[in-house]
Amino acid sequence: MSAARIRQRLLAAVFAFTMLGAVALAFAVDNTPQFADPVLQARYYGLTHELRCMQCQSEALADSNVGLAADLRMEVHKLIESGKSDVEIRDFMVARYSEFILLRPRMSLRNLWLWAAPGLLLIAGIVVALRVLRRRAQLPISDDEVS
Amino acid sequence: MKRFLLPLGGFALLVVVLLVGLRHAPEREAKFVKSPLLGKPAPQFTLPQLVDPAQTFDSSSLRGGWHLVNIWATWCVTCREEHEVLLQIKQEGRVPIVGLDWKDEDAAAISWLSQLGNPYQVVLADRKGDVAIDFGVYLAPESFLIDPQGIVVEKQYGAMTVEDWRSKFLPHLTAPAKAGA
Amino acid sequence: MLVELGHFAMILALALSAAQAFFGLTGAALKRERWMSVATSAVTGQFLFLALGTATLVHAFVVNDFSVKYVANHSNSALPLFYRVAALWGAHEGSLLLWICVLGVWSIAVAWRGAKLPPDYLARVLGVLGVVSFGFLLFLLTTSNPFERLLPAAIDGADLNPQLQDFAMAIHPPILYAGYVGMSVSFAFACAAMLEGRRDHLWAHWQRPWTVMAWAFLSCGIALGSWWAYYVLGWGGWWAWDPVENASFMPWLAGTALIHSLIVTDKRGLFKSWTLLLSVAVFSLSLLGTFLVRSGVLNSVHSFAADPARGIFILSFLVLMIGGALALYAWRAPSLGSDVGFEMVSRESFILFNNILLAVATAVVFGGTLAPMIADTLGLGTLSVGPPYFNPSFLVPTLPLVALLSVGIHARWRRGQLSLSKQRLLGTLAIALVVGLGIVYGIYGSTRLMTPIGAVLGIWIILSSLVDPLLQLRKRIALPAGVLGMTVAHIGVGIFVLGITFVESSTIERDIALAQGQSHTIGGYEFRFLGVENMEGPNFDGVRGHVIVSQGSKVVADLHPDKRRYFVQGTVTTKAAIGAQWNRDLLAALGEDLGSNSWSLRLQYRPMIRFVWLGAAIMALGGVMTLFDRRYRTAPVAATANTQTTGDPVQAST
Repeated sequence: MSAARIRQRLLAAVFAFTMLGAVALAFAVDNTPQFADPVLQARYYGLTHELRCMQCQSEALADSNVGLAADLRMEVHKLIESGKSDVEIRDFMVARYSEFILLRPRMSLRNLWLWAAPGLLLIAGIVVALRVLRRRAQLPISDDEVS
Repeated sequence: MKRFLLPLGGFALLVVVLLVGLRHAPEREAKFVKSPLLGKPAPQFTLPQLVDPAQTFDSSSLRGGWHLVNIWATWCVTCREEHEVLLQIKQEGRVPIVGLDWKDEDAAAISWLSQLGNPYQVVLADRKGDVAIDFGVYLAPESFLIDPQGIVVEKQYGAMTVEDWRSKFLPHLTAPAKAGA
Repeated sequence: MLVELGHFAMILALALSAAQAFFGLTGAALKRERWMSVATSAVTGQFLFLALGTATLVHAFVVNDFSVKYVANHSNSALPLFYRVAALWGAHEGSLLLWICVLGVWSIAVAWRGAKLPPDYLARVLGVLGVVSFGFLLFLLTTSNPFERLLPAAIDGADLNPQLQDFAMAIHPPILYAGYVGMSVSFAFACAAMLEGRRDHLWAHWQRPWTVMAWAFLSCGIALGSWWAYYVLGWGGWWAWDPVENASFMPWLAGTALIHSLIVTDKRGLFKSWTLLLSVAVFSLSLLGTFLVRSGVLNSVHSFAADPARGIFILSFLVLMIGGALALYAWRAPSLGSDVGFEMVSRESFILFNNILLAVATAVVFGGTLAPMIADTLGLGTLSVGPPYFNPSFLVPTLPLVALLSVGIHARWRRGQLSLSKQRLLGTLAIALVVGLGIVYGIYGSTRLMTPIGAVLGIWIILSSLVDPLLQLRKRIALPAGVLGMTVAHIGVGIFVLGITFVESSTIERDIALAQGQSHTIGGYEFRFLGVENMEGPNFDGVRGHVIVSQGSKVVADLHPDKRRYFVQGTVTTKAAIGAQWNRDLLAALGEDLGSNSWSLRLQYRPMIRFVWLGAAIMALGGVMTLFDRRYRTAPVAATANTQTTGDPVQAST
């Protein structure tokens, strides 16, 4: 754990310093064997980028250099190899590490508010804008303000 | 003109959220996430024993009695801090401790136990770390209290402390009614 | 002794900030000129004491006074002098001190430049700034004192985090803070207008340049941080939607909305209450950022939770400042309505959409950043939100924003006359379509839908920004600085959009094991690994790899990625080597030693990544250019409530 502690302290320093930016200190080079099939490799790439490294928490599995992240990358590799679908692999991780491991929150009823928010906000914004527009369009356009 | 009060109302809601966030900040800082295993059956596994790799241990042997499964390793500094507490729990004799030696060197683990004392009823060697992943371990040491039905009822992140043992774990063992739940 | 003197100077600064707040606000309320002038003097005095206090701490760093706890924790005698000075803002306490000093600089600039403002308005502005300063100084002195002594003194310091020993990193915080803190000036102008109960919109004219200035600093600060993360952290990412990044991005987004709505308020007296609300919101978001980063409520920033008192303090300050300002808003805003109209298709309506979309974008980032806490509050369980959520969600408001920009800059004020620009709009769009699709399918090739859309929109923005100014130049019509600045800033947006589009869709990234002499080809570039050698630095040792990249038979980059171990903290860092060219970066970073002269390496090809930071820098430059517009030098004299600004060279000519 000492390594993790040091990391944590380093992160502290970086965040204090900048309020910006720091995500990983020493990044990882993924030593997990690559798939010959580009489709499987693309799935592997996607999954390791959308699963969180539980130990470091602010980076994805793919970018983390802690031992557990390497183990979990290997686990993802094995699961893909054994024919598991992306959904099954995500479920596998969630069953062990909770939904916290998902950098992409599930599209579930519980998370509906989160996923619906951008669209709903956009619609609400447009409605407001149109109402303002309609009101303003009926008001006199005073020309005296601008030469 | 009530609409001009809306920002203030929104801000009040935000403050509530921030207060809740602040209350949970210590857990967040420690990276504790509620384990999804709580209330669920403990993972099934078969592992070789550390001292005698020829002998294996099956998770079915956890049924029928309370067990504390402790994940540790010699490379884990916090585990050394915790060791004394585990020895105390052993002394208390309320529950047997099953040690899961996580991604460790056998020789180092054996000499660790002979030097610091062995609090475990049995020590299993999880050399590849597969079982630790099934337990969702990420902050070793971690400890799981498993009831006679094989259900995980309590989890400790990081070193077990005497206070946590007394306040979070012992009540399960002393309240048998809860065990069936 | 010197540091104790510095500490004492800060206490005096605190007292002066209280005086500034009291005499500024009550002096203006009671119309006592003597009191108001005390506020101005207090600003100067406070600045001097802040400078003195900071100087003593800088001195402690320079002479390696490890009896000062903060110096002992964040510096080291082996650290080069430049970084010893920069180490001042290397952690929480010092960066807070930097924040306060930057506020001191802004305040004195306002006091000095504001001589032309009505005295009671200026007094109120300084009064509000005094309140902000008081809050932060109290925070510093009660919870985060950098002047604390360490007994017994340390023999040597614990060193500055190696990642921070970098030029960009050393200059990044002052610039970023200049932006953050500058938004409190904007806030103070808005609050002063509300406190006074002004019903005109002159304040918008006064507030505008300060807001634009702060916004330009903020843009540069964020871009620098992104650039630093990219080349120091070595993993090739330039934006990760980390809560800490979002904390700086939200004020920027809202600030971008604000500089646009200020134009409408300044020019036409419209959107007054909205502009005031935005001013409050931008400042609130920077305060909120401080809270998120320093209280430990979010995962990324866990390390500060060590002291819950800090979180409580900032939250209380937040409640007082923002709650107060919003209450003031609820009181004053109802009387600010205006009965001035504009047509559906007009500059006003496009800026209205700009504001709505930017507000939605801010809300999306806000919601995503706070989502774990919101889920907690509502009892919805654990939740984590990362780039896979932010990337698509952020596009929802920003795609229409970028698409409308090209049209919006051609719309006339007040009345819709887009038909006049129809030809220019369609012409530029046609060129953008040809060029954009040509680049996408001719050079990069992409199967993603967003790539051609982004490319075409980016080019369209650049062309449609350029077309009017170019036509006017040809007619030898002089362009006011305001128009030039706007054009430049919008070209920056186009460049930024192009950068993001290509770097996000055509980046190639490979993690691979290579033995000495082996090579691997990505995106037409052959990376040949020539092995590693040992290296030694002043406070670190490590290995340096050598990778040669060639395209065809031509060597295009000679890369030396290294992996260092810093002595004092024992930290290992990897430093990627980057072969940069205007249209692409080639990266190589060392992973692990796999034995027998074999290493794992991360190789990357990132097209157009420079456009991202270049675009941000050009946006900031455009902002600064508008400040030279004649209209700010011939500021209208404050007068009766219904006086309107006259003459507007900024937009009248577009």
